[in-house]
Amino acid sequence: MIKKTGFYLLVMLVLLYCSGPLLWQIATSLKPDYELTVIPPVITENPTTVHYISVFKERPFLRIILNSAVVASCTTVLSLIIGSLSAFALAKMRIRYKVFILGFVLSVSMFPPIATVSPLYIIIRELGLRDTWLALIITYTTFSLPLSIWILTNFFKEIPDEIYYAARIDGCSPFQIFYKIMLPLSIPGIFTTAILVFIFSWNEFLFALTFTSTTSSRTIPVAIALFPGVHEVPWGEIAAASVVVTIPLIVLVFAFQKRIVEGLTSGAVKG
Amino acid sequence: MAEIKFENVIKRFRDVSIIEDLTIVINDGEFFTFVGPSGCGKSTILNIIAGLEPVTDGKIYFDDTLVNDLSPRDRDVAMVFQSYALYPHMSVYENIAFPLRMKKVQQKTIDEEVKRIASLLGLGDMLQRKPKELSGGQRQRVALGRALIRKPEVFLMDEPLSNLDARLRIEMRAELKKLHHELKITTVYVTHDQAEAMSLSERIAVIYQGRIQQCGTPLEVYTKPANIFVGGFIGSPPMNFIKGTVKSLEPLQIDCNGITLSTIIFSRPPLLKGDEGGLIIGIRPEDIVVSERKPEGKVKVFISLVEPAGSFNWVDVIWNDIEMKCTARAGSDLREGKEAFVDFPEDKVIVFDEKSGKRLFPD
Ligand SMILES: Nc1ncnc2c1ncn2[C@@H]1O[C@H](COP(=O)(O)OP(=O)(O)OP(=O)(O)O)[C@@H](O)[C@H]1O
Ligand SMILES: [Mg+2]
Repeated sequence: MIKKTGFYLLVMLVLLYCSGPLLWQIATSLKPDYELTVIPPVITENPTTVHYISVFKERPFLRIILNSAVVASCTTVLSLIIGSLSAFALAKMRIRYKVFILGFVLSVSMFPPIATVSPLYIIIRELGLRDTWLALIITYTTFSLPLSIWILTNFFKEIPDEIYYAARIDGCSPFQIFYKIMLPLSIPGIFTTAILVFIFSWNEFLFALTFTSTTSSRTIPVAIALFPGVHEVPWGEIAAASVVVTIPLIVLVFAFQKRIVEGLTSGAVKG
Repeated sequence: MAEIKFENVIKRFRDVSIIEDLTIVINDGEFFTFVGPSGCGKSTILNIIAGLEPVTDGKIYFDDTLVNDLSPRDRDVAMVFQSYALYPHMSVYENIAFPLRMKKVQQKTIDEEVKRIASLLGLGDMLQRKPKELSGGQRQRVALGRALIRKPEVFLMDEPLSNLDARLRIEMRAELKKLHHELKITTVYVTHDQAEAMSLSERIAVIYQGRIQQCGTPLEVYTKPANIFVGGFIGSPPMNFIKGTVKSLEPLQIDCNGITLSTIIFSRPPLLKGDEGGLIIGIRPEDIVVSERKPEGKVKVFISLVEPAGSFNWVDVIWNDIEMKCTARAGSDLREGKEAFVDFPEDKVIVFDEKSGKRLFPD
């Protein structure tokens, strides 16, 4: 009994710790202006929606969300397509020096973004892609690919070789094996990767700040960071905007979480 | 339908040699079985035929076509995997139908074929289930069905009946035999079950240490094992081996644990050179009968174990310090620890050279 209570207490503690910042933001976003800077902070008794309204009324926030949505979705799709095809080859096909290829791929993701941002900026500028969605999509895809390839390779490796062999015997071309057998069997991996890549692209700040300059391609984190004016920091609006853009992520994770069930390959082979 | 020809095929995994110099022809329409101890490379041979494993060296032909570089789907083989390898996300129906779908066969034909195969294998009422909802034996039958629905050049079957109960196994064995008679498709089979190998195969190859130890009809392999290994491997329970020595050359007499085997039975005594030293005398348990009364037997033994096998008993005896497995009538009154008598059938012995392990008699 005590053990159980202790366990739940611990769970509550961890949950509170993790969701603390979000709860704080929600609380802040609902406060009227005069309560924002009160110390110690209070939970407001007169919740208001003015900040939410002003985020959308006085700023091009819908356009910003669209930018982010397009960039993150395109990155996710691109990263999944390229990533899963590479992962399939690396996991199942007879390729020499697989380990080195995989290691090399992974090492790409180890460069700190700050080290690559200036050369990338020059490239983007020369290509005439500054302040476009494409600039971000391309950059994010390259940065998320190693992770995608790595996760998906491990998921594909989990699928017994015999299933791959059986499909070859039954007359599948490699591409048919890929989409008829491998993809359906690694749906959890696909969704896991999709969520991670999407969140990465949704939240990325440094490249977005460097490559964008106007509303036409600016993404959410940059836009929010640019909310503060010369004389004042609109804490309420920042909080409201943060809450709004967090919601899609939460919905996404909860929606896909159901799909991330293990044991899809059970029953395939003996034992 | 095709003849499969191996020419000096060598297979190594990294530096471990699995198959050393395999040269063999599996005839068009033949039912050919590979047997051998676990890990001797049987599955590897099937994978090589299927094109799933490349060979390290050597050539493989289907009829006159060199297939070394042909992909599995161009070889047109159907395979039952030792581990089944079903598609877990597809129903039993879709698993069995899959090879036909890949060939773009019409839905109507697919439906008929799947139903036919399913009823043949007793899977009729579980077509809509997923593999994970099946028992091991049912999964194995789905794996079999997925192969049998095709009419390929070659069937490859890796222990396709290993997980079925005794009755079903014998039923399926009969079905496979019938099917093979009907279709006459070259079939390469792997099994651990001696009886299965004997009853199905036209020829058997015994593999050990990367080589074919013997290749022949089931009867040949059983009655004339090429060497001590084959003698001990084929037949269950295994053959008894007793050390023997050449007592005299003219006339030829062999001493076998105290009894003398007469010369009359050996048609070609020159094979037995006295100076070559030891011989190994092999005799199958089913050829030695133990009884409790003296007049029937010649050799006195002590009984150490009696194992009833239904219509008869297996009996372990001790004969001058060596152990031997024999048979006895089911009704006989044999008890552990008592003495009994065996009739040692001289004409049934198989004589091997101790040093080379090769069979000397019968030739
Ligand atoms: N991919 C591989 N890499 C390295 N060694 C392998 C590989 N596949 C098989 N082997 C080795 O090759 C040998 C033969 O394996 P194989 O599966 O052909 O045996 P088998 O005769 O089918 O055995 P069983 O009767 O147990 O199924 C084994 O010793 C195994 O360890
Ligand atoms: Mg095997």
